[in-house]
Order: sequence, then structure tokens, then C-alpha cells
Amino acid sequence: MGLRTYIITRILLTLPMIMLLLSIVFLIIRVMPGDPVLLHFEKKASEEAMAEMRRILGLDKPLYIQYFEYLVGLLRGDLGKSMQDFSPISDQIFSAFPATLELAISSTLVAVIVGVLLGVKASQSYNSLWDHSIRTLGIAVYATPIFFLGMVLQLVFAINLRMLPANGRFPPFLLEPNGLTLQLGIQTPDLVPIVLWFVPIGFASLAICITVLKRKRLRFWPNGLIAVLSTLLVGWVICMYLAWYFPSARTLHIKTGLYTVDSLMEGSPLKFVESIRYLFLPSITLGLVLSGVFTRLTRSNMLETLRLDFVTAARARGLKEGAVIYGYALRNAFLPILTMMGLQFATLLGGAILTETTFSWPGLGRYLVDRINFRDYTAIQGAVVYFAVIVAAVNLIIDLLYAFLDPRIRL
Amino acid sequence: MPLLEVNSLTVDYQTRRGSIRAVDDMSFTLKKGEMMGLVGESGSGKSTLGLSIVRLVPSPGIIVAGHLEIDGISLLDASEEEMRSIRGKKAAFVFQDPMTSLSPVKRISAHFVELIRAHEPRIGKEQALLRAKATLMDVGILPERIDDYPHQFSGGMRQRIMIALAITLNPALLIADEPTTALDVIVQSKILDLMKGLREKYKMALILITHDLSIVLERCDKILVMYAGSFVEYADSMELHTNPMHPYTQGLLRSIPNVELADQKLEAISGSPPDMLSPPDGCRFQPRCVNAQERCRMERPPILEPEPGHFVRCFEVKE
Amino acid sequence: MIKTRKAILTRLIPSLTSLAKRGSAGWMVIIGLFISVTIISMTILGPWISPHDPTAKLVNPPPNPSPPSLDFPMGTNLLGQDMLSRVLSGGSIMLQVAFLSVLFCFIIGVPIGLLSSYAGGIVDKTFTLVMDSFYAFPGLVLAIAIAAMMGRGVVNMALSIAVVYVPSYFRIVRSQVLTIRELPYTEAARAAGAKGRTILLHYVLPNVVPSIVVVATVNFADAILTAAGLTFVGLGVGIDVPDWGWDLTKGRALLPSGAWWVITFPGLMIVLLALGFTFIGEGLSELLNPRLEQ
Repeated sequence: MGLRTYIITRILLTLPMIMLLLSIVFLIIRVMPGDPVLLHFEKKASEEAMAEMRRILGLDKPLYIQYFEYLVGLLRGDLGKSMQDFSPISDQIFSAFPATLELAISSTLVAVIVGVLLGVKASQSYNSLWDHSIRTLGIAVYATPIFFLGMVLQLVFAINLRMLPANGRFPPFLLEPNGLTLQLGIQTPDLVPIVLWFVPIGFASLAICITVLKRKRLRFWPNGLIAVLSTLLVGWVICMYLAWYFPSARTLHIKTGLYTVDSLMEGSPLKFVESIRYLFLPSITLGLVLSGVFTRLTRSNMLETLRLDFVTAARARGLKEGAVIYGYALRNAFLPILTMMGLQFATLLGGAILTETTFSWPGLGRYLVDRINFRDYTAIQGAVVYFAVIVAAVNLIIDLLYAFLDPRIRL
Repeated sequence: MPLLEVNSLTVDYQTRRGSIRAVDDMSFTLKKGEMMGLVGESGSGKSTLGLSIVRLVPSPGIIVAGHLEIDGISLLDASEEEMRSIRGKKAAFVFQDPMTSLSPVKRISAHFVELIRAHEPRIGKEQALLRAKATLMDVGILPERIDDYPHQFSGGMRQRIMIALAITLNPALLIADEPTTALDVIVQSKILDLMKGLREKYKMALILITHDLSIVLERCDKILVMYAGSFVEYADSMELHTNPMHPYTQGLLRSIPNVELADQKLEAISGSPPDMLSPPDGCRFQPRCVNAQERCRMERPPILEPEPGHFVRCFEVKE
Repeated sequence: MIKTRKAILTRLIPSLTSLAKRGSAGWMVIIGLFISVTIISMTILGPWISPHDPTAKLVNPPPNPSPPSLDFPMGTNLLGQDMLSRVLSGGSIMLQVAFLSVLFCFIIGVPIGLLSSYAGGIVDKTFTLVMDSFYAFPGLVLAIAIAAMMGRGVVNMALSIAVVYVPSYFRIVRSQVLTIRELPYTEAARAAGAKGRTILLHYVLPNVVPSIVVVATVNFADAILTAAGLTFVGLGVGIDVPDWGWDLTKGRALLPSGAWWVITFPGLMIVLLALGFTFIGEGLSELLNPRLEQ
């Protein structure tokens, strides 16, 4: 089977599933409860107001016409109008989506990196204390409610240590005022968190220096000097950051909606660091909870791969252990990990809803939860449809990627 | 000074049901450029012996005792980093199954470049590729195919590539573990002859591990026979062929068909190899031995040297 | 009655000791059982062993929330309720929801799986496609959508969670049936003239049950987490019942004041409960399909 046939078949197989997903959503939200408008008002509104809303939203038509209009609307990217203010739902979802995308990407990175590193470590020390602790940790993070972990991290790093922001996506005074965010003006610097940052950064750079010196069996001169200079450089960057923080507080110019990318495009290290700082806790929270699956998968795949001949053969050629583990064993164990990334994407989005609610992250999940509180059923439907379509699309993309990455399929 | 010296090497596998002695008190030496056949049934510990020479016994195996020396370097005292520089550079390996010995997601070129740069980090990629292509020519693979993936080659070609990888750095010792067992019969002899030719060209010593005594008899200088993890007989191949002293070796020789003897009666050795978890007392071979006596059941025979350079582990021989 | 109880006990204890002999997987089951049995009995006994009424407000005079003290070892929340009492009996809703949802999954998923795999053909294809679509849906989003439409209540919550997990039961039953149907002894029974129903009930079902038990235990943990998640997004059951999920949700507003005790104890209880069932599920699945030892 050629690559093209494969791609076409895969896309064709996705279509009926998407149709089914859309019908399920329609069934749950439009058909099952009887009348969403009645639910929205909880019978407290006048008949005329309800009839007016039905007319505007097109809910007075027969169900099969509603279903037809729903599908046609979707094809044009139209998700209907909100029950709250009759504004188009698509616009709201499109403006919330980049935040969720940014969170999804960064937490997937965290999950894969943490999961793969721990899984490799566990498989290398099979049946040892390391192995057992890592496996238990994997199960423990799986059993942790995401928002509980989020709140604990908030409590420790944001509220007690004040190292990271607890809520939101960006410093409010660096964003265009849009009526929703409070304009607090430029704040005075808080020195405690900045000083606290030196502890982990200092330890990390010290550890890196020592490992590099040890690994390369180098004496202090001249490489130690390089280490000292680089540490000075880091210090200088931090000083510059502090000096820049306040004068340069112009609002972020939003193009892509991914604040990390936007700030880089603007060429502002300050805004980039700020966007990372805000992104940090949410993505660590979501990433850690997801990492358990990757740890387990990496471990079991590595245990199998490490037993294969080409790993022993690579060792027998005198390759470095790191090259054998990561270049040979992990690289061959990676395709199942990629598949798992696709399968986990649905879980990731579910987790994103809770993470966004915990950290007031203005993404799709927050939007959905907000709409639930307003009993805005058309908007709920729009958000749910959007989630379903994204998951189907990501699974398709991962499958296609698989075909490109495996040289045995790539013909 | 011999190139390889193995002295009372003992390897155990720790399993849940008890420990298995896969290699038991093994000793032999190999000179530079010599070609040795290491013969034994499957499960006799010959592969473990081969791997333990470069300290790569698969877990849960451990080298529990003995002394190993290549080129005067004591391997059991070497650090992991020193071992790494010996593997591939001084002692290289060719494995049994060429279909699984190459990483399926890496191009052939990547295998070579990594190997060369792991040992000589200063060599650039281009230069490494040139060397790789030259070696590929030596094993009869078109150098243009260096950027192909392993699955694009046949089994015999992959084994040639494995051999090329092994000899790229011109090692002093090449250990080939059943290099032809997974291949067709016609490809088998081609690969063996190729290895023999390369040994002369690259002036390296070669240990050919096999279960088939017939394929090493005519090709190797020396032959070492193993049974159930233990030393049986070690001699020049001519000497072993004409004057086998151990009953097991004699049995092996009788089971080889010979085209010149039309009415030859082939004999199999009766019985089967022992359960390694509970090996027989005394001589390991005694339950199957035709000449077994009371003494063989009581104690292990020592390694004797009845003729110069001919070593046997049996009470029957006289020094 | 007494005799049978004794018989059950004497059978249970040796089976526990034999579990301990099965290595780490057996120990996981034992630890998991211990945790879950402890928490379940604690929740059942909660009303009797609580030092205060978990829903009585202002048992502690203001200011509230107050940190752990001798009188209130886990502190009090904003309403002045005793956190210890709330932790002791706060598992009931979650346990009810989880039990019910597993039951619903069982009632819906297993028959559909059996039916679909036995009917084959177009029926099987249709069911598989529908179930796969449900499976591909982000679970929490689906549960949120259904819960939002159905309104509050233990049964509604359990149903909305069950919809998410039915496909797992369907899948496992279907794949097991397809495997078991081809096994020699099933074929032998069929050749000996056994009816389809006999084969289904006497050969297939007993073999499917162990894997369903594993799925059910793991899903129990998932259901607890999903129930907590639904509560957190505002679709919880109610205010007047002590509930860990509810306490966590309300505790979020108190975080900026540094009131760690309001979230920590209920949160840890959810973690423990989910961990207990995950341990049982993991251990059982490893015991049922032992992987090759290295």
C-alpha cells in the first residue's frame, strides 16, 4: 500500500466517526433535554422572551431541520449564537483556542519529557528500588485529581514562595485592556520571588558545571573559567531583566494568540519570560498528571527493546551508554509513544478543562465551564463540538505522522 | 604474548529458581591472527563465553570469577569507560541474527558514523563515511547503498554489513557468534569464506562460535569444544580431527557426514544435555559417556595436556 | 449463616497470604484492598465517629477558616465547619457515584459487547463504530456535557460518567469473546452440540469476567476522579452533604489566604481512594496476564 492510498483511506475512515461525534453532541444537548431554552431560564422567564430566543437561535424549527442547519453551519465554521448575548460562538471559541493550544503543547512536552526520562531510568534499573519508586509515582500521579495537584502547586510556589503567578496568562498591565481584565497599572517589584529564583537556578547551573567538568575530565582551567563566565552571564541577564521589567511595560501585540510566540515575534525577552512564568505551573500540573502513562509505556517498551539484538550489538560496538539507550533503544521504542500521544490527547483536553479552571487560564476549558455556569447551552454545544473535532483531527495527524516516521511504512 | 587470555572464567545466571553456571572454569589462550572455532551444542554456554570476553553478559548473568586479558589489558579490572573503548576497537562482535542486529530506524550510514565517532571523536562525518564505504566494498556491498535502511537488504547482505561494522576500526579480535546459522546454506559458506579472507587482509584473530563442528574443522587453526558450560577439549584443528581424545569430541566427529566415505555409518551421541539448574556431579558429560566410570561420577576431571598444545578435560587420557 | 461466614473468612485469609507470595503484583492488590476497605469503612462509620456534625456551621467561633488546632485537628473551613468530620464522612457521594457508574457500565457495556460480538456482521460493525466514537471523545468533556444537561443528583452524575466508560467494557468483552470463541475447548463444546446460549453462559462469560473485574476496578478509580472533576466545574451534587470534591472546589477561593488545610485533607483522601482502586486494578491485571520475566 502506497503512502498516498494510506493517507486517503485514513482520512475517509475519520469522516463517519466525526459525523457520529457531531450527532452524539446534537443528541445530548438538543434532543435529550427536550428544550434547552426552558433549561436556560429555569422556567423563570416569560413565554414571549423564550419564544423570542427560540426564534433568534432557530430552535423553533423541527428537529431534523435544526440538525441539518447545525451540520451546514459547522461546514462553514459557524457554531451558532450564544444564549447569553446572541453573539457568534465561533468568534469566542477561536479567541479562546490559542490559550488552550499553548497549554496543550507545553504540557505534552512536560509529560513526554518527564515520562520518557523516568521510564528510561526505570527500565535501566529493572526491579530495583528506582524502578519500584518510579512505577509507584506513575500510578500516584494517575490517581491525583488534576485540580488538587494544581492547587497544591499554586499554594506552594505562587502563594507561599511567590515565585510564580497563581492565576491568569499574562501580567494584566502588559495586555490591551478589553473590559474584562482589571487594569492594575504598573506594580512595584516584589523582591522575594526574584531572590528565591536564584536558589534553583544556582543549583542547576552548579550541577551542570560539575557534570560537564566531570564528564569531560577537564581541569578548572580553562573550562571552569567558561563556567564562571556563563554564570556571570546568567546573572547579568537576570539584572537586565529586572531593569527592563518596569520601564518597558508596553502591552503585548497579539498576533498568533500564543503569547510565547507573540512575545518572541516582538523580540521582547521580558514578555517571553513572563509568558513562560505564567505558563509554568499550569503546564507542569497537566504534564505531571499525564506523564504517568508515558512513564509506564516507555518503561515496558524499553524493557522489550533493550533485550533486542541491535541494542547488544550497539553496545558491542563500544557506543556510549547514552547513545545506546537514547539513540538505539528509545528511538525504536518511540513510535508507540507517539501513538500514545494521540490517544492521550482526549485525556489532555479533559485535563485542560480542570487545569484552566484552577489557574483561571482563559482557554476553551474555562470558556466551557463559564458557559455551564450561565446555562448557555448553545455555547456548551459549540465548545463540545469543537473539542470533539480537534481530538479527531489530532488523532488523524498523529496517524499520518506515524506513517512518515516509520521507515518500514514509508515507501 | 598471546592476544587473548582467558583464565578460569566462570559466569553465573541468577534466576528465580536458582543460579545457573553457564560458563564453568573456562581457560584458553589465542595468539594474534589465529582463527579459533568454538564448538558446542545450543545452551552449552558458548555465546555467553563470547559475550563475556567483552563483558556484555546479558542480565541476570554475572562474571563471578576468573581472569580476562586482551593485549595485556586486564578486562575484569577495567572501568566501564575503558571497556567501551575496547569494544568495537580491539574486540568486535558479529551476531547470529542479521535481521535484528541493525536498528530498523537508522540508515546504514548512521550506524557507521556513530561507531567511528564513538571511538575517534575527532573524525568528521564526511571522512567517517569515506571509511565506511571502503569497508563496505571489502565485504561486497555497493557503497552507494550506504544511505539505505536495514529493511532494504537481504539477510546475507545484512550480515555482510554487520561484518563491515565489526571490522571498520580494524580490531585485533573478531568474535562471530553463529554468524551464518540464520542464513541459507549457499550464503553461509560465502560469508564464512569472506570472513576468512578478511581475517588475512585485516590481520585479526577470529573466534567463530558455532554448533556445527564441520564448518570450522577445515577453516580454523584451533578448535575449542564446550559441553554444558564446561571445557572439553582444545587443540589445533588437524590434531583434533585426527586424534580426538575426549569421548564427546569423538562422538561429535562421528556424527559428521563425510562425502569421501560412501558407507560411513553416522552415529549420534545418545542422551541429551543436562538440566543446567541441577548439573550432574563429577564430569558434566558422564551420564552420556560410553566410558564413564565410578570416578567420573565422584569428581571433576582436571584439564590435562597429554600432547603439547592439546588440552583435554577427561580422566581417560594419560599425560 | 455463621458457618458460611467463617468459611468465607477462612478462605479469604489463605487467599490473601497466597497473594503475598505472588510478588509485587500480589502486594499491590493487598495494599490497594487495605486502602480502599479502610476508606470505605471510614465513610460508612463517618456519622458515628465524627467529633462534630460535618454540616453544622460555625462549630468553631469566628475567625474562620482557622488552621488545625487541638480542637479541630484538620482546621475549619470558611463556614466554620469541622474539616475532620467532613473528611471522615465526605467520601459517601463519590463512592455512591463510582459504584453506581461501574454498575451502569456493567449493565450496559457487557450485554452490548456480548451481543455485538456474537451477532457479528452489520450489527457488530455499527456497535463498534458507535462505541469507538464515544471512546474517541474526550471523556471529561462528554461527561460534562451530559451532566450539564441532566442536572444535579447522584444518579445523573453516575450515568454521565458511565457513558464515558461503557466503550471500555464493550471493547474488552468483545475482544475477549472473539478470542475465547476460537479456543479449542469452546470449539469442542460446539462440536459436541452445545447451544449458543450454553456456550455463552458456561464457556465465554466465566472467562470474560476476570478481565471485566480489572476494567471495573480501574474504572472505579477513574469514576472517582471524574466525579471530583464534575464537582470542580460546578456540576456537583449538592451543598448540604459533606463531599471531598465540594470541599476542594470551595477551598480554591480560600487559597490566596494560604488556608492549605481546607484543600489538603479532602484532596489527599481522593488521591488515596483512587490510588487504592488503581493498585487493585494494576495488581490484578498483572496477576491475570503475567508478563515475561526478564
